[in-house]
Amino acid sequence: MSNVVIKAENLSKQYRLGEVGTGTIQHDLKRWWYKVRGKEDPFLKIGETNDRTQKGASEFVWALKDINFEIEQGDVVGIIGRNGAGKSTLLKILSKTTLPTTGCIKAKGRIASLLEVGTGFHPELTGRDNIFLNGAILGMTKKEIKRKFDEIVDFSGVERYIDTPVKRYSSGMYVRLAFGVAAHLESEILIVDEVLAVGDAEFQKKAIGKMQDVSTDEGRTVLFVSHNMAAVKQLCNVGMLLENGTIKTSGKINTVLDAYVQRDETINPVYINNNFENEIIAVYAIKVLDKNFQLVNQHFHNECFYVNVSYKFKQPTQKIYFSIHIHDSELQTIIFSRDFEKDESFLGLREEGEYELNIRIPAILAPGKYNISLHISHAEPPRIMQGFDHICNFEIVPAVTNQKTASFIMRGKVIADLSWEVTRKPITLT
Amino acid sequence: MEATHIEEKEQQWTEVIRPKTSLFDLRLREVWQYRDLLWMFVTRDFIATYKQTILGPTWFFIQPVLTAVTYSIIFGGIAGIATDGLPRMLFYISGITVWTYFADSLTKTSNVFITNAKIFGKVYFPRLIMPLSIITSGLIKLGIQMLLFLAVWGYYLANGEPIALQWQVVLLPLLIGISALLALGLGMIISSLTTKYRDLAQLLTFSIQLWMYATPVIYPSSRIKGTSFAWVNEYNPVAPIVEAFRYMFTGVGTYSWQGLVYSASVALIILAIGTLIFNKVEKSFMDTV
Repeated sequence: MSNVVIKAENLSKQYRLGEVGTGTIQHDLKRWWYKVRGKEDPFLKIGETNDRTQKGASEFVWALKDINFEIEQGDVVGIIGRNGAGKSTLLKILSKTTLPTTGCIKAKGRIASLLEVGTGFHPELTGRDNIFLNGAILGMTKKEIKRKFDEIVDFSGVERYIDTPVKRYSSGMYVRLAFGVAAHLESEILIVDEVLAVGDAEFQKKAIGKMQDVSTDEGRTVLFVSHNMAAVKQLCNVGMLLENGTIKTSGKINTVLDAYVQRDETINPVYINNNFENEIIAVYAIKVLDKNFQLVNQHFHNECFYVNVSYKFKQPTQKIYFSIHIHDSELQTIIFSRDFEKDESFLGLREEGEYELNIRIPAILAPGKYNISLHISHAEPPRIMQGFDHICNFEIVPAVTNQKTASFIMRGKVIADLSWEVTRKPITLT
Repeated sequence: MEATHIEEKEQQWTEVIRPKTSLFDLRLREVWQYRDLLWMFVTRDFIATYKQTILGPTWFFIQPVLTAVTYSIIFGGIAGIATDGLPRMLFYISGITVWTYFADSLTKTSNVFITNAKIFGKVYFPRLIMPLSIITSGLIKLGIQMLLFLAVWGYYLANGEPIALQWQVVLLPLLIGISALLALGLGMIISSLTTKYRDLAQLLTFSIQLWMYATPVIYPSSRIKGTSFAWVNEYNPVAPIVEAFRYMFTGVGTYSWQGLVYSASVALIILAIGTLIFNKVEKSFMDTV
């Protein structure tokens, strides 16, 4: 007998664009009234024509197309892929928040999904109440939560504040408690999205350790989506690479990661975004520019460069921050920084309107190929609002500063301004 | 990853996620499995409501008292609308207690998809739990406000007002049950429509206000009987509930079996329609919101 616990058969998900509704009765009536009089639909966007020949091509989008896979018990599966590859859609279907258009997924055992830490946490309730509430939302009965209660509190390390409303918790405590509840779910299959992107290093280590225990000791199956390639590599034994809604590669995690990395070789320092679904922010473009704000593919190792982001806040907002990762070609993170680290006022109110952000990257990267990830996150509770991963490939090339050293190959990832001091000193052996 | 070489038997799988299930597959057993969650939403609502206000749970009393006083002055004092011979405070507070439960439950269930879009998008649980928890939360508030009503009622009783408890008071749970189911059913229908039309929510607030005037809250049913507006009360399924409530405690008012049977039938029909529509919308609403 095979040990397959999840099986997807011809799974597809189609989203319909265009006539998703104008949102109000008033608009729909207006649209109907224009139609009756034989006029053009006033709510069609510019560029969208109602041409019959194009309709089939433009109105529907396949987020997932004909996906087939099998996952065996105890596997820790890393699901990777770029933005829009279909990862979130697959997770949504697995967690039953949306239904597939065709095909099906069969599973053995309970599926618990953790698409966000602390779903349903209420700030006014105490830590204790929130454990019960969150556990119940995730599908546990009161009895099960009671049995696991001490373990959860122990894991999250908040016993002193367990009867304090969680609105007084630090964001670290909040995340630990929320993850603690989810990690102690008694489900045979656990789906985890992005939770490791928040929280401090110690928490991440703890969380990865817990997920490893869950799969090796308890024989549970874990599906893990993350942009943290180091975590995927460490945690997962098999992987699945999605691209444009289909499975590009699957199998041993290292093979899949290699396939993913290889895709990144083409140099393209511009990323144009065309997904403006987010209610708060619309990011238009992300570019890597040189010290004179020119778009080039290559930068000299001894010159600074800029990451340029153009975006719009659709409404006034606060307690959000931008963060940037610069990865090398093996997707290891070389530089990570958040806007509020030097200036906490970034966490304050941000007016609505259009903006341009320039992040100055000093000349510290060694020659090689790099790419960036840009995340816009909520600070409390910590949650990525919008993420762009492994985009804007660019190259750092050695600058010829000195004819004599030009022929030396530069090694390492970063260039540090070291000083080499030599003094004449007799050696005394004791 | 590998082609299937073994033909699996269907019963091996404990869960199958498929495109569309039948319209009548309500998965009520699943709702029962999640009953603990329902109770936790109820406690959450209660704690959150009274923690966020300065006056705490006393707010539950202040609201109906102030409303009753206002009505006594405007509709009783200034407009001079008769109250079937009942003391004004008692008359208005009885109407307000029953009506508020219905109106609150309806408003809240009508917004269930919009207010919970975030949580519905992140985790699965039977969506029916949400409106059910709203109706149940309302019952706690109603219970507290019943105490207020009983205090007012007791005061007038002790002062020798000609009011008397009727045996029909044993039907009180049934009365509340009918209004709960009516609010639930109608709320589910409206909430399903608001996923497509957001402006319905605004229309609703306004409509509920008008509905109150079509219900014998500020006037007795007897007052419009025989007039050309009588149909307003006759077709309104909430009217017999409010009148029957008053009659049970005071012996004054219009009470009829037919009225209650009418209300109950309307409630059950609307509940059935609401459940079906809600069940249909909950499966696809994340793609349309």
